[in-house]
Amino acid sequence: MKIPKMKVRDLNFYYGKFHALIDVNMDFNLNEVTALIGPSGCGKSTLLRCLNRMNDLISISRADGKIFLDDININDPGVDVVTLRRHIGMVFQKPNPFPKSIFENVAYGLRVNGVKDRAYIAHKVEETLKSAALWDEVKGRMHESALGLSGGQQQRLCIARAMAVEPDVLLMDEPASALDPIATQKIEELIDELKSQYTIVIVTHNMQQAARVSDITAFFYLGRLIEMDKTESIFTRPSLKQTSDYITGRFG
Amino acid sequence: MEHINGRRRLLENSMFWLFRVAAIINGIALLAVVYFIASRGWRAINWTFLTEPPLDSMTKGGILPCIVGTICLSMGAMLVALPIGVASAVYLSEYARPGRVLRIIRLGINNLAGVPSVVFGLFGLAFFVIYLDMGISILAGSLTLGALTLPVIIGASEEAFRAVPGTYREASLGLGATKWQTIYRVVFPSALPGILTGAILGLSRAAGETAPIMFTAAVFFSPSLPASIFDDVMALPYHIYVLATAGTDIEATRHLQYGTAVVLILIVLGLNLMAIIYRAHLQKRK
Repeated sequence: MKIPKMKVRDLNFYYGKFHALIDVNMDFNLNEVTALIGPSGCGKSTLLRCLNRMNDLISISRADGKIFLDDININDPGVDVVTLRRHIGMVFQKPNPFPKSIFENVAYGLRVNGVKDRAYIAHKVEETLKSAALWDEVKGRMHESALGLSGGQQQRLCIARAMAVEPDVLLMDEPASALDPIATQKIEELIDELKSQYTIVIVTHNMQQAARVSDITAFFYLGRLIEMDKTESIFTRPSLKQTSDYITGRFG
Repeated sequence: MEHINGRRRLLENSMFWLFRVAAIINGIALLAVVYFIASRGWRAINWTFLTEPPLDSMTKGGILPCIVGTICLSMGAMLVALPIGVASAVYLSEYARPGRVLRIIRLGINNLAGVPSVVFGLFGLAFFVIYLDMGISILAGSLTLGALTLPVIIGASEEAFRAVPGTYREASLGLGATKWQTIYRVVFPSALPGILTGAILGLSRAAGETAPIMFTAAVFFSPSLPASIFDDVMALPYHIYVLATAGTDIEATRHLQYGTAVVLILIVLGLNLMAIIYRAHLQKRK
């Protein structure tokens, strides 16, 4: 039984005069990984950043249409964007740990959300690092700078940091594109484990990665959602020629 | 082929030396200034000079009141300018949206930076000393010096805030932090070393300025140390100016003038050094 956690309805998005997303309609289901693929500039990252309203930071941008988290329209003016972002975690393209200790990085989300209980924070940090498969590598140096970790470790730390506030949805913007193959593999294994708890949306440029980690794949081109289906179907028998051209590398 | 290569190499070498010489001239200029002053002033410096007030119409004795006065004034200027300057920089880099208001504020700051220091002195006299009735005092002098150093601090702090990667802000906001929490917990700590650089520049500027304090804080001679921020003070740069232009015996006090200059330089270097050490400590902690 599929439960749609987020629903996008008639979404149009503009950067100034540029129409970056055109009439997008799609669902993201609970406990599924949805991959957004498409050539650069197709709007996949823009869509991802609509889902936690990170695009609000760009002053000339404008979103029309509805995006539901459960049954709340997050584009509704009454929605508090700070609260929204606590419920929708984000992992960025380049690992971006804060220049703080490993512990403080994971504890950050708890602290800004008003958690004061030290014992709870310590417990939560450990638990989260364990789920992010990083605990064994860092448990002896929790109070050292996070910037001393390798790129792959930093990215898993960023995933742990996002998970610590117990979001409902995890957005990942090409989370492995800056990493080597071994670190990438670890991230992908992690994504696979995390989907039992979360709704995951991942933007990727890497077709193999989309095929490996996702349940559903959505292909975007020039701001439109062209085709969306089970990943298996998209990669074996896409119904549109555009899609098959892209995934077989004929353009993009 | 050979010919062109030779010419290119020659040009390359000449440009390298041109730039290197320019850099060396800088170093030489600093050394020359320090040597010129130190060689003439070091004989004046001894324990009495540093710990006693001037005697015999300022031809003998020490400069303790000037040292205390300059430290009070530059610290006071920082107390005024750092909070306002950093807060302005936060507004300019984090909150302000591009537009007319921002352009006007920037224009104001740039113009403030271009105002001659004597104009600040006259403004301080008219506004703080007379209109606000603060009198010739540490308070009035600190406020005037603070206004003078404000653009330096705003400039350096804003640059420091802008140098903080946008990804830190996005990561913080993405975790449900408010804008203020993001600034306070992530942006500000990352920018702190750069802000300190601005504070160093501002402090050095404040300690060395004469014109802004001569109408607002500094006096020709004061037998005692200031007891509160409402007292007037002696100050090192003004003392040098006074001894060199209006002293009772200008020639006989030359070594005192240079000695005072040496002390001023040492204080500025000392304050800089403290800030540099603290900054290095902050950067190491990352």
